Amino acid sequence: MTAPLALEPQGDGWRLALRGDWSLAAMPGIEAQLKSLPATLKGNLICDWTQARAPGISPAWALLRRLAEAAPLTISHAGNPPHFLELLQKLHVDRHAAYSALSAEPTLERLVGKVGRWSVLQGVHARGVIVFLGRIASVVGQAFSRPGAWRLSSLVRHVHETGITAIPIVALIAFLISVIVAYLGAQQLSRFGADIFVVDLVTIATLREMGVLLTSIIVAGRSGSAFAAEIGVMQLNEETDALRAMGMNPIELLVVPRVLALVIALPLLTIIADAMGLAGGGLLSLINLHIPLPQFTARLRESLSPTTFWAGLVKAPVFAVLIAMVGTYRGMQVRDSARELGRLTTVAVVQSIFMVILADALFAVLFVQIHF
Amino acid sequence: MLDPDFNPAIRVRGLHNRFGAQIVHDGLDMEVQQHEIFGVVGGSGTGKSVLLRSILGLRRPDSGSVELYGRDVETLAAGDRNSLVQSYGVTFQNGALISSLTVAQNVQLPLREHYSLSEKTLDELAEMNLLMVGLPLDAAAKFPAQLSGGMIKRAALARALALEPKLLFLDEPTAGLDPISATAFDELLLYLHSQLRLTVVMITHDLDTLFQTCSRVGVIIDGRMISDTLPGLLKNPNPWIQEYFHGPRARAAAMESGNKSGNG
Repeated sequence: MTAPLALEPQGDGWRLALRGDWSLAAMPGIEAQLKSLPATLKGNLICDWTQARAPGISPAWALLRRLAEAAPLTISHAGNPPHFLELLQKLHVDRHAAYSALSAEPTLERLVGKVGRWSVLQGVHARGVIVFLGRIASVVGQAFSRPGAWRLSSLVRHVHETGITAIPIVALIAFLISVIVAYLGAQQLSRFGADIFVVDLVTIATLREMGVLLTSIIVAGRSGSAFAAEIGVMQLNEETDALRAMGMNPIELLVVPRVLALVIALPLLTIIADAMGLAGGGLLSLINLHIPLPQFTARLRESLSPTTFWAGLVKAPVFAVLIAMVGTYRGMQVRDSARELGRLTTVAVVQSIFMVILADALFAVLFVQIHF
Repeated sequence: MLDPDFNPAIRVRGLHNRFGAQIVHDGLDMEVQQHEIFGVVGGSGTGKSVLLRSILGLRRPDSGSVELYGRDVETLAAGDRNSLVQSYGVTFQNGALISSLTVAQNVQLPLREHYSLSEKTLDELAEMNLLMVGLPLDAAAKFPAQLSGGMIKRAALARALALEPKLLFLDEPTAGLDPISATAFDELLLYLHSQLRLTVVMITHDLDTLFQTCSRVGVIIDGRMISDTLPGLLKNPNPWIQEYFHGPRARAAAMESGNKSGNG
């Protein structure tokens, strides 16, 4: 195969013979050859297209760009040059004009600008969250004087979707985790002959922490993502704009029913998770530690303080509000593209799980301080 | 290999397409010569997009043959089929730019797929294609969602041109554009058509575009195609064609194009 380029001196300048396949398909080879041209060339240069086969516009552009870098050079074309050279020369002029119009900012200004934009963006973001909270509060406030704003049918649908359909998975996971905790606990405690304290371990862990925390994490994964995706798609289809244009409030229609539904559903799911957790502990105690059920329930009553159950349950509505608000807020933020939808749905799940765990930590400290 | 100078560039014979009981194409014939701009018109639901999909091989017709450059699309071997796909460019109605990629990355996408080129060269080529369709250089780093309708159409054209096709298919290239952007797009198309020696097949409802750019027009009526030059079609007695080309909008467009050619 002949090399696509041959540079030879001619008179007071150069003659560049272009040979062989010069179509787009030969571009990788041509690209490599162009790199081997000397960095600077002077004088006149004649591009001879006589032996170039099927010249393509992309290789020709790469050639012209490479030669322009090697200035000062006067370029002319010979030997039946391709028809699009005129277009390329025009593009070359356009390119110069376009670049001189784009004045590059100095590095320092760009850096300061970046920091500034980021800070402003954080401010705008924080304001957005507060405005969102305010809008929800105002809708809920109005709803007390205007019962139509409660959107009962929507509320019922969301309780069904976030609550009732989640029962099997929540029940199963609460049961299994509780069995695991009891099993591992039994192995440790039986070494001291303190098998019976497995009951205390399971009850307190399930009722105070694990029931509500596991349920919240499952619900954040199931419903938080669903909220963000549903509302996000509506944003992409301009459905929320259509609602606004018809004088309806998307916060009232889309956000508040979801928040309220989760506030109703999550505590109920937590109660189911608590019950299943205790059942799992009871079953393992029976099979593994041979503690009969009446003894298990008796010990259970002793280990409970009046507040143990409530210390878990009281957290559920708070977690519900966090999950629902993060999900719906991220959904309302979706703009423009399918990628944004995916990104914000992921953000919604990650952030709501993080918020739930953070809130749980705060509750733990609070409950210790007030001896709850 | 395909012969890019074969005439006619496209030949469709006896095309039948049906969806259930609904017959879309009933023995449609169509021929597109080299270096012409061929417009396809027809009422809604007459199968313009189906015809395009059949020609591109995106839909297998129920019967009939489609030849590009004298080669039957259906019986092509895989290698030839690949070079055929690279020999045409397509723009879809809504641009169909990949929304997660920037404009420059969209243009580079087919180049990256078919050739192994350095990043510098890819950037240069993306720049060339964007300049060619008249997009500003700062559009390169933007995402499709950040572009206006006219810019999306231009970016889609830049992507369609990236593999240096000889044949260009445009599905409603000026739909949804304001008249100024649409006219600018027509002018761009005419300029590129002459500079790059393209053969263009264009589905359009835009009568201005039709009168400004097309050398011949094919009208789909009752599953068949009547193709002729515009003056020829204006004299055609078919009632649908009469209504189409002699309605108030068509008269205005024809008058404008007549004035332009009269003055120029």
